[in-house]
Amino acid sequence: MPPTKESKRDRPPAAEGGRPRGTPQRLGDRVFSGASTGAGVLILVILAGVAAFLIAEAWPALWADSEDVTGGDGIVLYIWPVLFGTLISAAFALVIATPLAVAIALFISHYAPRRVASLLGYVIDLLAAVPSIIFGLWGVAELAPMTVGPTEWLADNLGFIPLFDGPASATGRTMLVAVIVLAVMILPIATAVIREAFLQTPRLHEEASLALGATRWEMIRMAVLPFGRSAIIGGSMLGLGRALGETMAVAIVLSANRDIVSFDLISSANSSTIAANIALSFPESSGLDVNTLIASGLVLFAVTLLVNMGARAVINRRREFSGAN
Amino acid sequence: MSTETTLDKTPPPPDVLPPVPLSRGSLPRGAAPGVLLAFVVVAAALWQLADANPAVCGIGAALGYSVVIYAWSRAVEGPRGAFDRLVTAIVSSAFVLALLPLVSVLTTVVDRGLERFDSEFFNNSMLGVVNEGGGASHAVTGTLIITGIAALMSVPIGMMTAIYLIEYGRGRLARYITFFVDVMTGIPSIVAGLFVYALFELFYGPGIRMGFMGSVALSVLMIPVVVRSTEEMLKLVPNELREASYALAVPKWRTILKVVLPTAIAGIATGVTLAIARVIGETAPLLITVGITRGDNFDPFNERMATLSVYSYTQYQNAPGFAREAFVDRAWAAALTLILIVMALNLVARLIARLFAPKTRS
Amino acid sequence: MAKRIEVKGLDIYYDKFLAVQGVTMTIEPRSVTALIGPSGCGKSTFLRTLNRMHELVPKARVEGKVLMDEQDLYGAGVDPVGVRRHIGMVFQRPNPFPTMSIYDNVAAGLKLNNKRIKKADLDALVERSLRSANLWEEVKDRLPKPGSGLSGGQQQRLCIARAIAVAPDVLLMDEPCSALDPISTQAIEDLITELKEQYTIVIVTHNMQQAQRVSDVTGFFNLKAIGEPGGLVEIDTTTKIFTNPANQSTEDYVSGRFG
Repeated sequence: MPPTKESKRDRPPAAEGGRPRGTPQRLGDRVFSGASTGAGVLILVILAGVAAFLIAEAWPALWADSEDVTGGDGIVLYIWPVLFGTLISAAFALVIATPLAVAIALFISHYAPRRVASLLGYVIDLLAAVPSIIFGLWGVAELAPMTVGPTEWLADNLGFIPLFDGPASATGRTMLVAVIVLAVMILPIATAVIREAFLQTPRLHEEASLALGATRWEMIRMAVLPFGRSAIIGGSMLGLGRALGETMAVAIVLSANRDIVSFDLISSANSSTIAANIALSFPESSGLDVNTLIASGLVLFAVTLLVNMGARAVINRRREFSGAN
Repeated sequence: MSTETTLDKTPPPPDVLPPVPLSRGSLPRGAAPGVLLAFVVVAAALWQLADANPAVCGIGAALGYSVVIYAWSRAVEGPRGAFDRLVTAIVSSAFVLALLPLVSVLTTVVDRGLERFDSEFFNNSMLGVVNEGGGASHAVTGTLIITGIAALMSVPIGMMTAIYLIEYGRGRLARYITFFVDVMTGIPSIVAGLFVYALFELFYGPGIRMGFMGSVALSVLMIPVVVRSTEEMLKLVPNELREASYALAVPKWRTILKVVLPTAIAGIATGVTLAIARVIGETAPLLITVGITRGDNFDPFNERMATLSVYSYTQYQNAPGFAREAFVDRAWAAALTLILIVMALNLVARLIARLFAPKTRS
Repeated sequence: MAKRIEVKGLDIYYDKFLAVQGVTMTIEPRSVTALIGPSGCGKSTFLRTLNRMHELVPKARVEGKVLMDEQDLYGAGVDPVGVRRHIGMVFQRPNPFPTMSIYDNVAAGLKLNNKRIKKADLDALVERSLRSANLWEEVKDRLPKPGSGLSGGQQQRLCIARAIAVAPDVLLMDEPCSALDPISTQAIEDLITELKEQYTIVIVTHNMQQAQRVSDVTGFFNLKAIGEPGGLVEIDTTTKIFTNPANQSTEDYVSGRFG
């Protein structure tokens, strides 16, 4: 179980905190502190560099004539369909993964016998260790054929819902499979954040509800879920960030058509995602096409940056809140 | 509401607060496991004998169990107890449901990967191979070289940053670095690849590919992981140790090198190993910065190289219609190799953590 | 309402470790029974067996009998959730639910037992409970505010209101004043004296003056020896325990010679 008392001594007292100005500093100290500060600053420089170089390389595509941009309709119309596909796949993956992540986190924190709980957590973490290329291969080789039958049924019986408009793909290489693969891939990170919070639920509050005569579920509803609420939000947003940027799994699963905008999850004519489109098109691109792809990458970077910053802000706020208690 | 009357302190009428019997009916011991077992047996039988879809059988068993146990418990134990059991069933099935993909992925990779998991695969490149045969020796070496260089760059930078944050960092700069390290963890790997391409294109011109670019891209992904895990470990070093060292007039930098780091080194090694495991399977950034070759190229500063992940991807994606099996088999064999490396790294990390964990029990 | 509790030959285990051995006592209704003794002698553990909170610790179990008005709390078919509904508990540190308002904290237990309770009835019950806990006047204007905004003593009275809202038969208090200042402590002690008209109260305390002030009967717990399980040394009227105890170790403890 993670130590909760750590936060108070996060920062060891500064040895030089009270050092009067002009006190000589050893050469070793100066070199060492300089080097470590430099490493920290380097990280900021790298991040700034990512943004700067992407902008620099995207620039030509942003100002090019519409006809010159890949597809011939200008940069906005080029990026919009893949952005749509990115958002829709990540959003549905989130819808599937969040309740599952909460349930799994609950299982590990409050249902499984304590002795095996950490082992189970490790097993879930293993999911995170599987490289995304393997999820892609698995999705297209195992999962996709499995979905053909059910999606045909969906198209026949629930076709009036736009999501299942059909016609169902015969190969199973659909947005639905991509969404499921993405959901599996983001489960571990969302679960890890939520589990952490659930495990830290104050024993006092759990006992308070039990002493009132609450069942285990009522105890969870009264004490555990309210305590973990912002972790649930933050964890699923981190997962969303992952899903938005996931490349290979989607690139392998989808038989991508770059310019389709459709909510249909089960047809073979589906949208692509920014990341998958880059992976598929980049190796064969040159000239302005490369700039166009980098421009779409810049959009992806901006979107994930916003989502991740939001997620971190939510999670950190929770930390302060629980620290104050 | 009337004010101070004695009525206010007497117990409420029973119709407002229904009496709860001390004992209530409860399902017999073993009822829940029994029902569950029955459904699992039926599902397994349907799967094996009637050749039904295993996923459908599993979901059916979970649903059937939930419904039966809810109805039975509601009749015997009342709605609250029944709902509690229902949630237990749902939460447990969710966990099992999450295990299914993991099991399926692992069995599929092993099953399909073993087809070409032979000595030919590890002793040959794709040079001169048209259809069958060939291997990934060049890709294995390429992966090791590129990941190795990435680790050589990320570990010092990551560790020094963590040291800065824990031992020196104060004020605004430290807060910014902490925040942006978090943000950096979320950079999509393909964006890291694009960044490196954009950077190198400025110096080398369009279409540039080389192994070192891949290492830089992997470093961008690896550094934040190293920072985070090192930071966590340094936080665990008790302050008393640092103060004891200062009290012996040991300068700060030597305290960090000789006292703090050795105490935390096992945890840091674990974190670094996990970070390597995370990036070694990356495909997207390598695809656009390193590309792929058919033959050996072990010079990271010169032209394209092969890596296992990109090898697997290109074998699968470019499989021609006529000899599809040979290509797909190679893709799976590479995937199996990759997952074995990742699992081995995870295992090593666990072992390091287990064996060298500082024996602190308070 | 208030019920008698009889404990007969109770052994309390954590897995294989015997923590408390052979407790036999009778707790009279409408009285305050105080449990005193040095740290680690099993007072709190014993208290938590009375409402079956003890078994929340994995592998924890008990042997022996706990009877509430002749009904065995550990008998077959007895539901621990039902037991806890009849035997309320107040903890060492005030623990109102941080995300709930003052009102919701008091109503929490009520809503569990009666989902379709009418708003007016709920209002009346919340007010009654808060009045019983001597907290109504202080909080009646800020019922929708979070309970964590109250002072420590107010929070503890809120917890008492929450416990008595479901009209339990017995109220267990585990060092309810140990985290409070003297003035808040006095408010709680006054409240205990009022509440004993309706409830059976068992209070664990480290503070011997407190035991003398509020309790009618006092039980003294002690370890038989180092490494041995704890147990009940003697139980008698508070006056007797503090003036003329039967056992030498009790006398040593109440006169401050150890513990």
